[in-house]
Amino acid sequence: MKDYLIYFAQAYPNFRRAELESLAHYHGINIDLSHHSETSPFLIVQLENDEQARKIMERSVLSRGIYELWGQGNTLEELHQSVKDNDNGKFELYNKSSFKFDFIGYMGRRNNKQKFEMIESFQFLAFEGPIRMKNPDEVYTILEEYEVMDREKATTPIKMWFGREIQLSARCNNVLDKYDLKSRKYIGTTSFDAELALVTCNIAEVGPKKIVYDPFTGTGSFLVAASNYGGLTIGSDIDVRILRGKGDVNIKSNFKQYGTTTEFLDILTMDFTNNAFRQDFFIDTIVCDPPYGVREGLKVCGAKNEEKAAGRENVVINGEKAHLRRDFIQPKKPYELSNLLDDLLKFSASRLPVNGRLAFWMPTANDDFEINQIPQHENLELLYNLEQEFNKWSRRLLVYVKRDEDYKGVTKNGLKENNIKNFRDRYFRGFSEKSK
Amino acid sequence: MKFLTTNFIQCAVKGCQSSDSSFPLKYEECELVAETQEFKPEFLVHMLEKINWSALVQVARDLGNDNLPTEKPELDPIMEDDVLILKDLHNLLVETNILNGKMICNNCGHIYFIKNSIPNFLLPPHLCN
Repeated sequence: MKDYLIYFAQAYPNFRRAELESLAHYHGINIDLSHHSETSPFLIVQLENDEQARKIMERSVLSRGIYELWGQGNTLEELHQSVKDNDNGKFELYNKSSFKFDFIGYMGRRNNKQKFEMIESFQFLAFEGPIRMKNPDEVYTILEEYEVMDREKATTPIKMWFGREIQLSARCNNVLDKYDLKSRKYIGTTSFDAELALVTCNIAEVGPKKIVYDPFTGTGSFLVAASNYGGLTIGSDIDVRILRGKGDVNIKSNFKQYGTTTEFLDILTMDFTNNAFRQDFFIDTIVCDPPYGVREGLKVCGAKNEEKAAGRENVVINGEKAHLRRDFIQPKKPYELSNLLDDLLKFSASRLPVNGRLAFWMPTANDDFEINQIPQHENLELLYNLEQEFNKWSRRLLVYVKRDEDYKGVTKNGLKENNIKNFRDRYFRGFSEKSK
Repeated sequence: MKFLTTNFIQCAVKGCQSSDSSFPLKYEECELVAETQEFKPEFLVHMLEKINWSALVQVARDLGNDNLPTEKPELDPIMEDDVLILKDLHNLLVETNILNGKMICNNCGHIYFIKNSIPNFLLPPHLCN
């Protein structure tokens, strides 16, 4: 095992560990991240080789890069000594390679003159290869952590690392710019931001040849994110208008924009609770953001008033049963989020393969949330409950994995059992005490 | 809707879920269009493993294509002859789109429509749940 240094992005620190763990698990790599701290962007991990490091970093959204660790110290002198002590023939190995130096400063940085001096100070490495600023064989990176006191600029780092760059993350390769909603042609009010959609797909272990289903597709935010990782995507939504888009601007054109049309299977107008996928249809992964009804009340197919609707199946227009005509519009009725989540878990438990993952977002009010509100199913193990906090409410990324028959979990509708008020009602009353 | 998708869907009515005749649906009055797509042999081989072949043959027949063999072929993208067959399958499964048409459940007789390439599985109230 060798030491590698991971440098994280300053975004969603409480999602970082889950993302890396999942990427490692996806590639069958064992990694211990139990010492990860949400307050530090630097983390030393043990891996077998560069190949493993490359694999866990390549798709990452919440990390920036991974480096083979050559040395560390609290001062430059300590760093030099540490690099010398850990040589083990490494210097010789890269002696003839072209190279350049790179600097990463957290909460502080150096000017060019200081950087130059620093590079000079590593002359003991005695590299003979040419310095190349573009596409060098190796990039040696000096990473520094500064501590900012009050408002003064930090001038001396408190910790330094020296590493050979192994792999920069998807984030550093501009995946966020590419999928930025601002430049996406077809979006809507329910479009999900690209960064967290990509993270969701990483934690859900989306990958090439895997069928990914989003039962609440909307404008297809999760589908395009999944296709970025090679997932074969299929989506459904109860609202045909949002699936259709406007003219040539629609979900399909988004796939065209990103060059992933071969990863697009299809979209269907469907009420998730009356599902048309055949029983043995092979779904590998389910990712979604269920409609919690803030933009629009949550609806499924059915009559709002059953008494009034009775007998309507016998209505005939021009000799045809009305409900069998092409232009018939199926009525919708309100539905509760707790029941919908129940349906989602049940569906996932019956359709996912063993080890397949379900990842979805659930809204919760901050003043009355308790862990037992999270819905559970006896065949699904809850792996992650990751919170993105807003002022009075949060949304949580819940990630479950389907287990085999030996797994004995519990089934419960936590929202219902705890008499949690409809999220929408509380949202529109500003989460006041009275609305509880 | 891609031809391939016909292999994934059945009647959405709960009472039809366990009936063998609710899959595949019966396709009528379908307007087909060809849409050029990149040929990916590995994708097709992967999909073939998962496809219900007899349902595929049945739907192809509904749409006027009698050329499919009755048994699922075992194809290897390295073999030249197999690539030709894979290209034909690519043309049928991926590039053939149903723009408009009817899908009928052989069990309950309910009619679903495909409009502008999107199938509609929403149910009238009396058939829900």
